[in-house]
Amino acid sequence: MKEMPKKIVEFRNVNFSVGNTKILEDINLQIFSGEILVLLGESGCGKTTTLKLINRLIEPTSGEVLVEEKSTMDWDPIKLRRKIGYVLQEGGLFPHFTVEKNVALVPDLENWEKEKTREKVAELLDLVGLNHQKFSDRFPNELSGGQRQRVGVARALAANPDLLLLDEPFGALDAITRTNLQKEFARLVKDLGKTAVFVTHDLHEAFILATRICLMDKGKIALVETPENFRKSDLPLVREYLETISVNKVES
Amino acid sequence: MPFFEFIKQNWSEILALTREHIFLVFISTAFAVLIGVPLGVLLTRKKSLQTPILGFANIMQTIPSLALFGLLVPISFIGIGAKAAIIALSLYALLPIIRNTVTGILSVDKKIKEAATAMGMTDWQILKMVELPLAAPVILTGIRVAVVISVGVATIAAAVGAGGLGTYIFRGLRQNDNNLLLAGAIFSAVLALLADFALGQIAKLYEPQRAEDKSLHKRRKFIAIGATALIAVIVGYSFISSFQNPFANQTNAQNKIRVSSKDFTESVILAEILAQMLEKKGIMVERKLELGGNLAHEALLSNQADVYPEYTGTAYTAILKKTPITDTQQVYDETKKEYAEKFDLTISEPLGFSNDFAILIRNDEAKKNNLKTISDFVPLAKNKQAGFGQDFMSRADGYEGFKNAYGFDFAKQPREMDLALTYRALKSGELDIIAGNSTDGLIDALDLFQLKDDKKYFPPYQAVFIARNDKSKILQEIFQTLNNSISTEEMRKMNYEVDGKNRQPKDVASDWLVRKGF
Repeated sequence: MKEMPKKIVEFRNVNFSVGNTKILEDINLQIFSGEILVLLGESGCGKTTTLKLINRLIEPTSGEVLVEEKSTMDWDPIKLRRKIGYVLQEGGLFPHFTVEKNVALVPDLENWEKEKTREKVAELLDLVGLNHQKFSDRFPNELSGGQRQRVGVARALAANPDLLLLDEPFGALDAITRTNLQKEFARLVKDLGKTAVFVTHDLHEAFILATRICLMDKGKIALVETPENFRKSDLPLVREYLETISVNKVES
Repeated sequence: MPFFEFIKQNWSEILALTREHIFLVFISTAFAVLIGVPLGVLLTRKKSLQTPILGFANIMQTIPSLALFGLLVPISFIGIGAKAAIIALSLYALLPIIRNTVTGILSVDKKIKEAATAMGMTDWQILKMVELPLAAPVILTGIRVAVVISVGVATIAAAVGAGGLGTYIFRGLRQNDNNLLLAGAIFSAVLALLADFALGQIAKLYEPQRAEDKSLHKRRKFIAIGATALIAVIVGYSFISSFQNPFANQTNAQNKIRVSSKDFTESVILAEILAQMLEKKGIMVERKLELGGNLAHEALLSNQADVYPEYTGTAYTAILKKTPITDTQQVYDETKKEYAEKFDLTISEPLGFSNDFAILIRNDEAKKNNLKTISDFVPLAKNKQAGFGQDFMSRADGYEGFKNAYGFDFAKQPREMDLALTYRALKSGELDIIAGNSTDGLIDALDLFQLKDDKKYFPPYQAVFIARNDKSKILQEIFQTLNNSISTEEMRKMNYEVDGKNRQPKDVASDWLVRKGF
């Protein structure tokens, strides 16, 4: 019998509402070490909220979210966030920091030795496909969208987190850059042995990246399945999604 | 005198005034930044405070500057001088600084703030490393606005004896001297432009830059550092020189007499006469001259000054708030009695002349129509334009009573404007009748004619000194000497020396003392 992979994140009966509006309802979900879990859904379905519950950017109204078996409410939020990598659309880079300073952010907050930080930054920039000698001293507004996104990924990896959270990171990129980055990212996560939770509304992207897809609809989980089983599902919502893909294919 | 000649001759005084101006603006802006930026940050954290605090700063800015200065002076630990000016200027500078701090921080991209939080930055780190640097250009714009406003408002500070370039502007208005006006205005405008430019360069330092701009970046840094260093030197120098005097004077501060005056030529000349007589007797004198409105009176009450020249009619009606009467002796006696009881202040013997309200028209018009008295003018009033100083329009013995006493019927509402400007406007024909002062040197200088007050409407304005009781012993002897010693003619001549011939009040005063053999 295969060994059970380690549980990294677990949602237990999580609800989240703002005032009387329910954003998330009864979320139960387990995320295991080494997988890329894609949170898929239309905008407003609660997928980004689900993601932000993991590093306590948002706190649950009821129920609990466990990271490494400990409720996020019992974690020191600063410590929790520094051990989880976070990437958001357009990278969310600080425009007044150079590329090097952006990537070195968490190591600097954690007071790493200067030399160690510098080595790590150089290594990471090369890893995400940016020549560190060429890019270290540039400012974000001197980079293309794709390059910014690569820096964003490098920054998330800087403090060696086991878990990465990504909020539609490739959404604003053109199709070719996006496809390249998706493939590179999937390989990178596998090679480094990281766990990733990835938010997207793009089914195509989900199929490229996911080890499992979690489909969300109106604040609830509709389905959690591997891409293979996802295709076979006869849920009406899934069929709808699959149709959009085939339509796209016909068009192109 | 041509303008450049004037600048050359008065160069050292202009520099000193400019230095005072920079000092006022810099210190007050520094206070406003130290208070405004943290307050602005607080408002982004506690939004419920935004309405009350921004409301307060807003109200501060709507208070007319002279009124704010006036409100601060009676507060005893503030008083006249730089302190009042710095507090008022700081209050004015608060609004743009607080508002831009709030706007700057709130307009930092939400995604970037989210990223900062998600990276595990503490609130303090987010503020220090992300929000403040990204908001810096907006905050600096606020500081720029504050500085430019301050350079302008600081010209008013001359009215509370804080010095600065406003001294030239007020003096220029009073003495009808364009060189003074221009020098004060041009130098403060240049100051505002330079400050704006230097701060603009600093603001640009905070904009995320591109690689190819790095040499420009260096040049900006150079300008910014240079400007800061220059200002630091000037402010430091002003600090040192402002601290040196009090130390030197401390030993005989007890016997020192602080001589004050109102902000017009005659008052300054009288104060100079007194000051120079005191100095000849070896008494230490500190001059706190040219205070606007009733600030000289306030300065005596709050123990900021010891003595200043005043007029019985003004004391009687404007300060004691009595209904005007025309009996000279009665006004003097009652004023003296009430001042002793109410304010614990002494009134000297009359100096000899009276500075009554003088109803003035152009001399050529008086001749043409054979006008001698105010009553003569009444029938002509229908198509004439009158213009009066703010003081005359509002005081109990001013315009309302005057109009009723003579039955005037002006077609148009009289213009209410600065007293000194009414003289110019009368001369240039924009006004036809004004209310000046009977001893004013400009009456001769501008070829004006005083209509006789044939209905004896105006109360008497005998010139006197008003002094604090605790200093009256030292002053008593001089008051005796000056009793009835200055005639209206003499006073008018002295005023003309200053207003018409652009001489210094202190020189005119000392000439008179020599002539009189005092």
